[in-house]
Amino acid sequence: MKVSTEWLADYVSLENVQAEELAEQITRAGIEIDDIENRNKGINKVVVGYVKSKEKHPDADKLNVCIVDAGQEEDLQIVCGAKNVDAGQHVPVALVGAKMPDGMEIKKAKLRGMASHGMICSARELGMNDKLLPKDQQEGILVLPATVKVGTPISQVLGLDDQVLDFDLTPNRSDCLSMFGAAYEVGAILGRDVTLPSPEKELVEVGDPAVDHISVTVSTPEHCSHYAARYITGVKITSSPLWMQNRLMAAGVRPINNIVDITNYVMLEYGQPLHAFDADKLTNGKIDVRLAKDGETLVTLDGQERKLESHMLLITDGVKPVALAGVMGGENSEVTADTVNILLESAKFDGGTVRKTSRQLGLRSEASQRFEKEVDPGAIIPALNRAALLISRHAEGTVHPGIVESASAQVEEQTIVLSLNKLNRYLGTDLSMLEVKTIFARLHFACADTAQGVIEVRIPTRRGDIMCDVDLIEEIARLYGYDNIPTTAIEGPTTPGGYTRPQALRRDIRRLMTHGGWQEVISYSFTHPALTTLFPTLKSEGGHAVKLAMPMSEERSVLRTSIIPQLLDTAVYNANRKQYDLSLFEMGNVFFSEEEQLTTQPNELAVLALLLTGNNGQKQWNVTPQKVDFFDLKGALETVFERLGLQESITYVANQPEGYHPGRSASIYLETNSGNKHLVGTLGQIHPELQQERDLNDVYVAELLLQPLYDYTNYEVSYKELQRFPAVERDIAVVVDSSVEAGDLLATIRKAAGELLQSVQVFDVFTGSKLGEGKKSIAIALQYRHHERTLTDEEVTAAHADAVAALEQTFQAELRK
Amino acid sequence: MKEKLQALREEALAHLRDVADVQVLNDLRVKYLGKKGALTEILRGMGSLSAEERPVIGQVGNEVRGAIEEVIDAKQQEFQKAETAQRLQAEKVDVTLPGRKMTQGGIHPLNKVIQDIEEIFIGMGYQIAEGPEVETDYFNFEALNLPKNHPARDMQDTFYITEELLMRTQTSPVQVRTMQSMQGEVPVKIICPGKVYRRDDDDATHSFQFNQIEGLVIGENIRMSDLKGTLLQFMQEMFGPDTQIRLRPSFFPFTEPSAEVDVTCVKCGGNGCRICKQSGWLEILGCGMVHPKVLEMGGYDPEKYSGFAFGMGVERIAMLKYGIDDIRHFYNSDMAFLKQFATI
Repeated sequence: MKVSTEWLADYVSLENVQAEELAEQITRAGIEIDDIENRNKGINKVVVGYVKSKEKHPDADKLNVCIVDAGQEEDLQIVCGAKNVDAGQHVPVALVGAKMPDGMEIKKAKLRGMASHGMICSARELGMNDKLLPKDQQEGILVLPATVKVGTPISQVLGLDDQVLDFDLTPNRSDCLSMFGAAYEVGAILGRDVTLPSPEKELVEVGDPAVDHISVTVSTPEHCSHYAARYITGVKITSSPLWMQNRLMAAGVRPINNIVDITNYVMLEYGQPLHAFDADKLTNGKIDVRLAKDGETLVTLDGQERKLESHMLLITDGVKPVALAGVMGGENSEVTADTVNILLESAKFDGGTVRKTSRQLGLRSEASQRFEKEVDPGAIIPALNRAALLISRHAEGTVHPGIVESASAQVEEQTIVLSLNKLNRYLGTDLSMLEVKTIFARLHFACADTAQGVIEVRIPTRRGDIMCDVDLIEEIARLYGYDNIPTTAIEGPTTPGGYTRPQALRRDIRRLMTHGGWQEVISYSFTHPALTTLFPTLKSEGGHAVKLAMPMSEERSVLRTSIIPQLLDTAVYNANRKQYDLSLFEMGNVFFSEEEQLTTQPNELAVLALLLTGNNGQKQWNVTPQKVDFFDLKGALETVFERLGLQESITYVANQPEGYHPGRSASIYLETNSGNKHLVGTLGQIHPELQQERDLNDVYVAELLLQPLYDYTNYEVSYKELQRFPAVERDIAVVVDSSVEAGDLLATIRKAAGELLQSVQVFDVFTGSKLGEGKKSIAIALQYRHHERTLTDEEVTAAHADAVAALEQTFQAELRK
Repeated sequence: MKEKLQALREEALAHLRDVADVQVLNDLRVKYLGKKGALTEILRGMGSLSAEERPVIGQVGNEVRGAIEEVIDAKQQEFQKAETAQRLQAEKVDVTLPGRKMTQGGIHPLNKVIQDIEEIFIGMGYQIAEGPEVETDYFNFEALNLPKNHPARDMQDTFYITEELLMRTQTSPVQVRTMQSMQGEVPVKIICPGKVYRRDDDDATHSFQFNQIEGLVIGENIRMSDLKGTLLQFMQEMFGPDTQIRLRPSFFPFTEPSAEVDVTCVKCGGNGCRICKQSGWLEILGCGMVHPKVLEMGGYDPEKYSGFAFGMGVERIAMLKYGIDDIRHFYNSDMAFLKQFATI
């Protein structure tokens, strides 16, 4: 809301208060002042002039030579290029020596041989926002009404000696979408009186009763609690007075004609939107407020045909729709230059109804904005009377006796009981009842004592935002000053702070990863639908991706089902910037629903995703960078599992998960105490075709579900006695088919070698022509130990022989000597 | 014989004086002290001496041996030292060449800021509460005193999934969920970090996805002055002991009274600079006393209990803290950006 201080000063004295100071005080009391606009953009020595004559320039087609009386000792000869300049006009004249907002200085000049002593100005040259000017004044010089006095400084005529405060209103303070509301607010802040016009006293009604000409019915009172109308005849459509136009422009509203300007002006005064219908275009002067029927249409004032829906509230004349209630009028009942008789509407339309309609049609007007936030029911009749008064004054209208209205809801002021004790307890203050009452008096809230330390506060209808005692407490707090509220510590029992187990584990994993050389990233949760099917989802039942109803783009229209595609995008992004060596991780949620059409919240699964590509180690004098491979990635995961105490429960199965290189990938299973195996992740190189598509080198990725890891984490530490007897080391090297998996060999050894086997580890794997086609050699180190005595050679040999025999039997392994 | 021994000593010492080579030294050791050396040779004649002379000559022999050995040992040590010095010289490395570094990863700056804030509040006795990112209209709006068609819903343009499901626009629904799960127990002291989403065209200061941290305290006698005290303590922990705060009245549907909180500019300390637009203050947080309707919907009697809540944007704090000029950097995952935060 743009609040002109020149206008505001009509209602509350702004004496000795600078605009900047006022803005600061208003801001500190709760309404942020975004901007202070000085309407005078730096004009001096520009005055009203009267064009006495206009002659064509003898040597230039497009120039005119004007003789102008600008209240100076002598008339001025001014050469002017504007098409619309003419004798008999009052115009702004920049005198010699004048400075213009764009920095130009006016000097004596000769134009094609003719002397020019000044400049006749356009609105733009005066620094005015020409979008706000009536259309006929946007081009050429600004033509002023004949009533202005020659020689008057233009800033005075155009109301430019004004500073406009831009109130950035929070949704609760729609009372300040009006000058009166702003006046009450400023009055309360400054502790000064507020004086507002009272149109009832001045309005003169003439002629036969309005009710003989117009009628009002409201079929849906739940959407329109009050509809009031006046009948005004014999209006003359002209421009509105200059002072009104100036104020409208200061408020950012474009002047149009006297009737429209008056409705807008009164809307700005009271916050109550008004609408004027051409009464002769309403069938039988009738107004019927009802909901639209599906398929009904209305051409609105902007010339657009609107398709209506059954939730939209319509003003009709019983035959046809004539306006979209509270949103925009219809073309068919518009006030035009020929309009003579007017039906003036002032009503309260339901905020939610207007909001829904204006949003759906993308039509947000000054009016709809105010209705949406619920207009003051107490302002409907005063605003109607005020507009009628102004129309009688400035459009020669005859206001017929009586207001024609629907059965109106009674306007009642609410009262709220407030206890001083609660107020002080709530704020931590020590205010006296007198201090509290003084603040309410400044707000024009009447108070009455009801008991010791308890008052009943009467809330003016304009402050619909105040509904309970804490709302009153806020009023007191903001006018008392938040700075004056003390700073205290919470009283009462102390509480232990801390992380939950999953939160602590997540931090552990993050620390482990970063210390291990991995860079954390955060990517967007929204993605392209095509990216949700690239990789297997870690949901056992088939999950559906969750779609946004109105995405901003296809690229970001569904919720991610995996973080891997996001990490691939990151790899591409960085490869384009010559960053090829990446080890990235992200912890975040992925989303699935079991339903195709969502009715309940989808599953949100926390995952850890990894991406590894490029080389290990920087290219440097004593380092040979090595290409990363499957086992760098797997090792990282194993470290995580080890950290969580899960290494024994994890198995890797080469079951060719989707999106991965079929020979270099696996699914990861977690075996729980009960023996169930849960899919907890996938890992591997991404499919070479996908790599090629993205123009990437070998990329290894993994994704792990975090919840099962949290659930089964086991890192309770309990001390085990240190081993006092030496271990015996034996190695086995066997040749097996290359399809045999090391994991199976180790499992077989563990089973066969018995309790003496303490650890078993692969220490070499190779293939080669010596071994024969389809064969590989695996070397395994075994360690035997007994915790109570030194092992004998025979014992070890026996256990070892069992292990070897099992390998030979199970895998047709050939022992290498 | 004694003279012979003395002469041998003179000769040996004279020889040894100029020895400059370990090989020569060894040869001389053998020559004079070896099993077939000169000393042994002389002492072999001891047998012909009388019983009185033998110990005397024996002692002289030992003295001569000792004297020669001493010099040889000293020479030996000297040679060894020189040799070691030479070897060490040869082993010298160019200390200015780079070493092999441990690979370091890094935490994302947003998560670092979240962790820092969490730690401060844990120290003040808070628990961390979390909740779903896809929320119901009820938890995200209605239970927070934002019924359908409430004009304040415009403040946060929402990504809807269905009419009832949406991407949460704030982490406040976690507060409601926590209140409901506490079933009226007090005190409640939580902070809720997490991702939130709002329909916003991305630019240098807006991102449709961002992180919030909200806090909630409910108890029997929680006052607005406690809110001020809590925020002051937090801000001083976060931005330094000289930090001051300033509350300005504002509006949130779920708090009453509500306030915007400014802190003294992290860059200039309040003197006025480009970052704070010369005001000395930075707007950083929204807060207020929990609205009685919200308490009620959370299962707390507003006549008996009161509480405060606050919320802040993690990105904004990170941008101020590290001087980052574009919010999109956080989500582009450009290594050139992220690697700058390896030390945080």
